[in-house]
Amino acid sequence: MSEEFKVEIVNPEKSFLVKDDVSEVVVPAFEGEMGILKDHISIISFLKPGIIKIMSKSGDENYYVEDGIVEFKNNNLSILTSTIFNLADIDKSKQQDLLKQAEEEAKTDINDQSKYLADQKVEVLKTLN
Amino acid sequence: MASLDDLKKRIASVKSTQKITKAMKMVAAAKLRRAQESAEKGRPYSEKMNNIILNLSIGISDKENAPKLLSGTGQEKTHLCVVMTSDRGLCGGFNSNIIKKAKSYFSKILNEGKELKIITVGSKGNDQLKRVYGEKIIENISFKESKNANYFDADKVGKMVIEKFEAGEFDVCTIFYNQFKNVITQIPQAQQVIPLNNEGGESSSEETYEFEPDEDEILSNLLPKNISTQIFKAMLENSASEQGSRMSAMDNATRNAGEMVDKLTIEYNRSRQAAITKELIEIISGAESL
Repeated sequence: MSEEFKVEIVNPEKSFLVKDDVSEVVVPAFEGEMGILKDHISIISFLKPGIIKIMSKSGDENYYVEDGIVEFKNNNLSILTSTIFNLADIDKSKQQDLLKQAEEEAKTDINDQSKYLADQKVEVLKTLN
Repeated sequence: MASLDDLKKRIASVKSTQKITKAMKMVAAAKLRRAQESAEKGRPYSEKMNNIILNLSIGISDKENAPKLLSGTGQEKTHLCVVMTSDRGLCGGFNSNIIKKAKSYFSKILNEGKELKIITVGSKGNDQLKRVYGEKIIENISFKESKNANYFDADKVGKMVIEKFEAGEFDVCTIFYNQFKNVITQIPQAQQVIPLNNEGGESSSEETYEFEPDEDEILSNLLPKNISTQIFKAMLENSASEQGSRMSAMDNATRNAGEMVDKLTIEYNRSRQAAITKELIEIISGAESL
């Protein structure tokens, strides 16, 4: 029996990625990282800034996301996000830009939750460098 | 009757107008394809979002304490209308159709004795509304700098709407935009986004979900995003509609200019012929009298 399922990542502009030979996906869910395998129970959760790891036969892929919602149902994983980058596509300078942006955001006077999210962004981006 | 010179000038001016409208038509056609594509690409996101929210709102345990964005404030005193129009003119009935739809809604609300607040997106809507509803317009946003509709602009509008909602400035929010059906038909739409209108929404599956964290928290996170998504969808539909509407308007204008040129050319030739005949008669009658 195959242990593969389908993953679909959409952002507001377009369907970002569709893959149907994924064996495991790790998403940065709000309450901690969450690994999803085939036949996972239906779940809805949302994401905090972090790295999505997609493991498939053709190799692993890593994506940086800032927010989003995941829905898993009938071996279909949908990830809705407004900000996503393939880590293979962004170079160091782009990372620095994002980091700077996130740090600025963390500095401004905002409420606790957005501050927490901004701090998360900074942290994740720092570990990338 | 206009002199030959005048006619010549008019023909030249109509011809140059025709060139402009023809060029605009072609530009609109090129832009339309892109706008239509991005409107289609943007659909999965808003559909998925809608689906998830639908599933969530069905599964929600405590209906009484549901987030206000979903269930409303419990009253409908103040209405906020977000009227989305274009920043540029010369696109046929595009803007006036939205405005007409919006105005009839406004007068309905005002007749019921409710309060009205307006946010205009796009400068053309503001221009048309400020004469009658000037004091009702609380905000005017325009994205002249951005070339294409993008999510960050929509998010800005969405965040502003949420902020005002949380400050208790309004109870019901409706957005007005043109839905793109095809190049010649765009349907002005009024869509209520707060409280969320789930009419016709039967969940496709009876399946129960696991939620992490709980439903309420997810919902309160998701609903503001949904507002931005809906506004973004409206922006995409609007930009496709705008280009479609401009294309058919400019097509008409080009055709009308062509007709006008034909008519003027006939008139020009006739008067030229008349002048020649007149001269001939003068010469002949002069020769006869000798």
